[in-house]
Amino acid sequence: MTATASASLIAFGKRHRAALAIAVLLIFPWLMPYEALAVNILVLGLYAVGFNLLFGYTGLLSFGHAAFLGSGAYGCGIALVHFGVPWFGAILIGVLVSVFFAAIMGFLAIRTRGIYFAMVTLALSQCVYYLFYQAVSLTGGENGLRGINLSEIGILGFSVNFLNPTTKYYVILAFVAFALWLFSRLLASPFGAVLEAIRENESRARACGYDVARVKFIAFVISGAFCGLAGALKALHLSIVPIETLHYLTSGQVVMMALLGGMNTFFGPFVGAAAFLLLEDVLTTMTSHWQLVLGAVFVIFVLFFPKGIWGSVLAWVVRK
Amino acid sequence: MSGLTLDLLLLQIVTGVALGSVFVLLAIGLSLIFGMLTIVNFAHGAFYMVGAYMGVFLYGLTKNFWLCLVLVPLGVGSIGLVVERFLIRPLYGRNIDDPLLLTFGLGYVFIESIRILFGLNGIPFSTPAGLRGAVDIGIGHFPLYRLFLIGATGVLVLGLWLFIEKTKFGLIIRAGARDPEILKVLGIDVSKIWLLVFGIGTGIAGLSGILAAPLQAVTPEMGIPVLAEAFVVTVVGGMGSLIGAVTAGLMVGIVVAMTSLFMPEMAKVSIFLLMALVLLVRPQGLFGRAGLMG
Repeated sequence: MTATASASLIAFGKRHRAALAIAVLLIFPWLMPYEALAVNILVLGLYAVGFNLLFGYTGLLSFGHAAFLGSGAYGCGIALVHFGVPWFGAILIGVLVSVFFAAIMGFLAIRTRGIYFAMVTLALSQCVYYLFYQAVSLTGGENGLRGINLSEIGILGFSVNFLNPTTKYYVILAFVAFALWLFSRLLASPFGAVLEAIRENESRARACGYDVARVKFIAFVISGAFCGLAGALKALHLSIVPIETLHYLTSGQVVMMALLGGMNTFFGPFVGAAAFLLLEDVLTTMTSHWQLVLGAVFVIFVLFFPKGIWGSVLAWVVRK
Repeated sequence: MSGLTLDLLLLQIVTGVALGSVFVLLAIGLSLIFGMLTIVNFAHGAFYMVGAYMGVFLYGLTKNFWLCLVLVPLGVGSIGLVVERFLIRPLYGRNIDDPLLLTFGLGYVFIESIRILFGLNGIPFSTPAGLRGAVDIGIGHFPLYRLFLIGATGVLVLGLWLFIEKTKFGLIIRAGARDPEILKVLGIDVSKIWLLVFGIGTGIAGLSGILAAPLQAVTPEMGIPVLAEAFVVTVVGGMGSLIGAVTAGLMVGIVVAMTSLFMPEMAKVSIFLLMALVLLVRPQGLFGRAGLMG
């Protein structure tokens, strides 16, 4: 492939990134061993994309994003189970709950800089974990929230069987596709450019007259909203919200996904989520200690492939 | 609240100090490593857990708790030396988040390795003979082991302070924290200092693990909540400050003890509220220098 051809290929890919991602996701269930795994990748891919708005695009490493995935899942689940809200409204409530927590955590966390940020977000998400853990009457505490029984849902007057895995995949895909399109528009907007400016040189962005703290806060809340949507969809998919959704390791999981896939790219986090879950799927059949392999693989990636899978592929295509 | 006396209140404060001692030790290790290497060690909780397990193993072997108190920090510190030399050193000069990410992944490796070696379930670690029982401290009876914990922490903090402030090696550490470039110009091998400081920091984490072991069950996951608590202490005290780590550690311990007495349902959440408060009033921490985080 010539240099110009690969350059124009990259340009094409960049312009139509959302459409391309959605096209891949449309045929995705047939590429996977089973549909539930495809839905998992879809949901956690969205989680990783939302996280990457902060990590990859703004340069802020949060170790507390489980708080948004979890509060979105609990918000949606509680609305369905305890208040009988229709499914669509429940998803919205889930997103709003995660926006609420993201606003509080963001307000506190952006007061710190650099390396403090990861520590503060980790600590605050641990606080959210305890809050949900102790509100047993609403959340089910240690046992998790049970009883999300969504068998049939109404879409535009039609009744759709949500228990059919393929149908479920495409219903959830509709939400993820919308989110990806929105995400792509956001990155292409002037706001997206300011985010990258802050990542590259915060002082210069401030000198250019941008209110860096406010931009970071808005990015934090938007990132939380995307992760909250992922959480709400996860609750519908699993019919249960385990307390582990809010756990430190769930925060770490998304960091791993973004880094494994490639944090400076649009597709990377999705590739990372797929790689992570496929690795888990294969390894758990072989050993109960798959996290040892996971940790080792992650360490190797940090040391030798900091660009991640997708980032390395892109770099390779560009070099050709 | 009925039955609340001044003695009970004081006793609870001493309990808080004992609890805070573990926080102090953890935060000192974190702070020391950060102050020198500008690395946040996300495997700190895992080193703490490894220390507890090494304590269980060596205590079973030697039946001598005092010997274990010497061997465990040396053992865990040695693991720290290997980690710094072969995994963290290649990352110097790269993105500031990279060592953080690496140590995070390393935490997984440690936890899973311990699960393979010692099983998934917790192991009880009984209070060593000679430190059991309670003593009258004037305001009531207090567990002897917790008293020992406070004393041991005091001795260690004092020793570390003397080491850093009064010895030639401590002078090099302090200079290195200020300006590693000048230190290199003066002909000192900074990478050796960093190696040693990482070893000391992780060694202290291991020591806090074995010291805390008799207070709780030893499980592979015991380091995870501890990591969050150590971060709270470091954020409250100010990163890279020894006095900050001591003050904030004791403060957090007392806050936990007090809320467990008055509002038990708030005990877990209270320290995070304390952190939020400090962030609002003084984002660099009580003893932190503004602008240190660059």
